[in-house]
Amino acid sequence: MSTIEETQVTPVTIGGTRGGPKVRTLRKDRWWLAPVATVAGLSTFVAYSAWAAFVNSDYYHAPYLSPFYSPCVASNCVYQQLPIIGTWWRISPAIIVLVFPLGFRLTCYYYRKAYYRSFWWAPPACGVSDARSRYTGETRFPLIWQNIHRWFFYFGVIFVVFLGIDAVHAFDFPNGWGMGLGSLILTLDFVLLGLYTFSCHACRHLCGGQVDQFSKHPIRYRAWRTVSKLNPNHQLFAWLSLFWVAFTDLYVRLVASGAIRDPRFF
Amino acid sequence: MTTADNPEQAQEQPSTAIGTSPLSQATASASPGASGSPGASGSPGASGSPGASGSPGASGSPGASGSPGASTGGSSTTSSDVVMRIWRGDSVGGEFREYRLPSQPGEVVLDVVHRIQATQANDLAVRWNCKAGKCGSCSAEINGRPRLMCMTQMAHLPADEPVTVAPMRTFPIIRDLVTDVAFNYEMARRVPPFKPRPREADGTHRMAQRDVDRVQEFHRCIECFLCQDVCHVIRDHEENKPSYAGPRLLVRYASLEMHPLDTDDRRSLLREQMGIGYCNITKCCTEVCPEHIKITDNAIIPLKERVVDRSYDPLGWVGRKISRRS
Repeated sequence: MSTIEETQVTPVTIGGTRGGPKVRTLRKDRWWLAPVATVAGLSTFVAYSAWAAFVNSDYYHAPYLSPFYSPCVASNCVYQQLPIIGTWWRISPAIIVLVFPLGFRLTCYYYRKAYYRSFWWAPPACGVSDARSRYTGETRFPLIWQNIHRWFFYFGVIFVVFLGIDAVHAFDFPNGWGMGLGSLILTLDFVLLGLYTFSCHACRHLCGGQVDQFSKHPIRYRAWRTVSKLNPNHQLFAWLSLFWVAFTDLYVRLVASGAIRDPRFF
Repeated sequence: MTTADNPEQAQEQPSTAIGTSPLSQATASASPGASGSPGASGSPGASGSPGASGSPGASGSPGASGSPGASTGGSSTTSSDVVMRIWRGDSVGGEFREYRLPSQPGEVVLDVVHRIQATQANDLAVRWNCKAGKCGSCSAEINGRPRLMCMTQMAHLPADEPVTVAPMRTFPIIRDLVTDVAFNYEMARRVPPFKPRPREADGTHRMAQRDVDRVQEFHRCIECFLCQDVCHVIRDHEENKPSYAGPRLLVRYASLEMHPLDTDDRRSLLREQMGIGYCNITKCCTEVCPEHIKITDNAIIPLKERVVDRSYDPLGWVGRKISRRS
């Protein structure tokens, strides 16, 4: 039963003189440090990933596939993993792939905090005024589309499955099963991206957050409890996985281009 | 009636009288009744006439100006001194005034404010009650950060610069450090009440502990309104107040919405009238909460997700259609 029809919206008092000086903030600590670091970190990643996505070379060296190009679904892929898109696709196959992780991170509750604070300055830090005089939040286009985060989560789960397949494949060398440094790097990439995906707030909600009576849904309660243990570290997983996915691409790129040799352990 | 019960009497007293009995003056003038109890401040009538804290005459002549130890300019300090910059004024205007006094070990900001009140500015208006971080009365902005004065230790603040104490920015000022937080109570009246499901056959309601664990976190709220104060949606944009409940009220909605016995569906209300879409998850409310309630992660985001269930999830929409037909 919904209450909106029977709810009376009582008026609230607005206006009045506020206390304190009319200054942007009274803080004297280095509140600007976190936004600046976030801008630097995210900008570096965006610049590198854009270059890596468009360069369309050196993304596969058997058995390593760069996560930026996984799953390889275009026919023009060097590594024919799942060629469901025909030869009409002529630009980099990474473009098809990166839309989904990009959307997942762009609408992620943690990244929203990060870029609203650092790029939008809404607000840049707690107790520091917004940069803009008007604010409508996520109530209007385009930011109302932040609500589609869980759609990207559904795709994110599919991507984690493919990254798991890639991690297993990274031990399947042309001359048989083995383990190189790249195998470990791709495995860690799968683990970190999996932790980031499954610690997500949307995942937590879908597992059991929407349930009011846990005692009637014991399996969902256990799933919710598990995700709730991961969720406080979502920010940590977001940064670790962001860094590692770029590092994994760089490693595969360096090996594929011949700049370095992949050490084999066995 | 003590002098503090009547502020005008208190101000008319010569400053020498303050020095004769500083402790009794401070205790009296700082008592909840004198500076505005939390309950009283919420009602417009009370906040308009809050006794010691709200008379225009008092704020028009902030008593500190002529009292010993007060100054408006910067001054050097010794290692054993503490310098406090406290906002003095009312709705007409105000300014920071500096008070220098010897530091004492183990003090919190509220202790120092009380000593200033006792020895240098007996008409300084400050709301407080329990001095234990449980009543939520002494909210202020200390060095620009919303905090409880009674839970902020002086030893944890930079010793080499003045400590700035200002009233909460989001709410209209009454006087000095006392603000009118009526907005929160007005917004609380909008919250639809708890609607429990029918009792069981034996006339009881039964809930498993695991069902109520989640909402018990929200019941720790002491209504200090620091989360409302720091939330930029209303702090920096007064025009959003009529259409945004704010973190404290969203916690209240979460406690009802997730309650195992409650039968109401407040999701449309949250989206259309309580402005949950205004929250952009910057987590300042969580950072300042003295009760360490995970406001954003455990209340606001789950509410946002419940709104998504209803309004933005195509699979949920299909699921509801199927369940209605079956």
